[in-house]
Amino acid sequence: MLDDLDNDRRSFLKCMAWAGTGALFAFDGGVGSSIGLDAALASPLRRSAVKPFTFVQLSDSHIGFNKPPNADARATFREAIAKVKALPQQPDFVIHTGDVSQLSRDNEFDDAEQMLKELGVPVFYIPGEHDMLDPDGGKAFLNRFGKGSLGSGWYSFDHRGVHFVALVNVADLKPGGMGNLGAEQLKWLAADLAQRPSSTPIVVFAHIPLWTVYADWGWGTDDAAEALKLLARFGSVTVLNGHIHQIAQKVEGRIAFHTARSTAFPQPAPGTAPSPGPLKVPAKQLHDMLGITDAMFVRGHDRIALIDSTLSV
Amino acid sequence: MTRVFKLLSFQVAMLVASGLMMSTVSVMSKAAAAPPAASVQIGNFTFQAPVTTVKAGTTVTWSNGDDIPHTVVSKDGLFKSKVLDTGDRFSFTFAKPGQFGYFCSLHPHMTGTIVVKA
Repeated sequence: MLDDLDNDRRSFLKCMAWAGTGALFAFDGGVGSSIGLDAALASPLRRSAVKPFTFVQLSDSHIGFNKPPNADARATFREAIAKVKALPQQPDFVIHTGDVSQLSRDNEFDDAEQMLKELGVPVFYIPGEHDMLDPDGGKAFLNRFGKGSLGSGWYSFDHRGVHFVALVNVADLKPGGMGNLGAEQLKWLAADLAQRPSSTPIVVFAHIPLWTVYADWGWGTDDAAEALKLLARFGSVTVLNGHIHQIAQKVEGRIAFHTARSTAFPQPAPGTAPSPGPLKVPAKQLHDMLGITDAMFVRGHDRIALIDSTLSV
Repeated sequence: MTRVFKLLSFQVAMLVASGLMMSTVSVMSKAAAAPPAASVQIGNFTFQAPVTTVKAGTTVTWSNGDDIPHTVVSKDGLFKSKVLDTGDRFSFTFAKPGQFGYFCSLHPHMTGTIVVKA
């Protein structure tokens, strides 16, 4: 009972969407919070036995994209990485939520990898549909970024009491459908979660949103409900996605969903354009619509703090 | 055609000229008719002719007019394009009658059907 109350308290997620370049996530011994970059470290911690930690989400770098509104997606990715370097507290690691490349070319993957290496922290990748375009349907991505992963690239790891689960919902997509996890991955997820107590904070990341943002544009995952059922018993679940190149947020029960901006180009809000193609904004506006997400996880705080910042200064 | 115009410019008798023209045209139209062709444009994340009906033996060519890459993949494994970037094309010749559903493997909500008649 006490545990339930605690879980409900923890499950509340508050996100502050600022104009920016990424998300900073901070976790302290199991509870996530996200804070403004300046305010984050100044805020008092209720239980500080475990040092808070942060990680950064980067997404949809589309290295190789060179059409309006962004003639050089490499340059904007480099700017995003510079933003991360300038953070007052360096993140423990970075997650890249897919569409690393535009066309799954080796030089695109390589450039992204080299730029991220400059941060000197581990980077965890999952593929987007643009990373599955080599003749072998994703092998190029997996060979480079998927060491130790299973199936089409899923895996999990633990960091400071938080369980991170990386899911792939861009492989073997079905005609007329949206994102897809597939039976084999769901079976693995059930086994992966089964052994963990409900008090374990969980962060799930996948490319396509795990809730239906807009079905007409395929912005959702057909079998996400089955994954969410497995996650429902946990007190604190944060789901981080990319794909739609804009910030969208939702809290459902104890599960908080968040999509990140792209570092390459913005896409229109659901249904506001004939298609989800690149939003061709004037050059001056572009940097206000690209970003990174910074997350802070603080044990004892009510929420994971997500700070989205744009590439504008 | 060039040859026909040359002949005309030499003012060869009308009958001979028209006879030559007719034979040239019939040879040309035979050459064009040999592989019947149809096209499907890709734009705004849709196959712009969702159902296309063709005769058996028709070569269908898909062209991607979007700023985002797409693919053309048969639902039953009959054909599969490489990734089509902006301006890229993919062709497939439908030899036998039937209904052939296809989709974009990147954006699977994009679907279409080629109906092939005998």
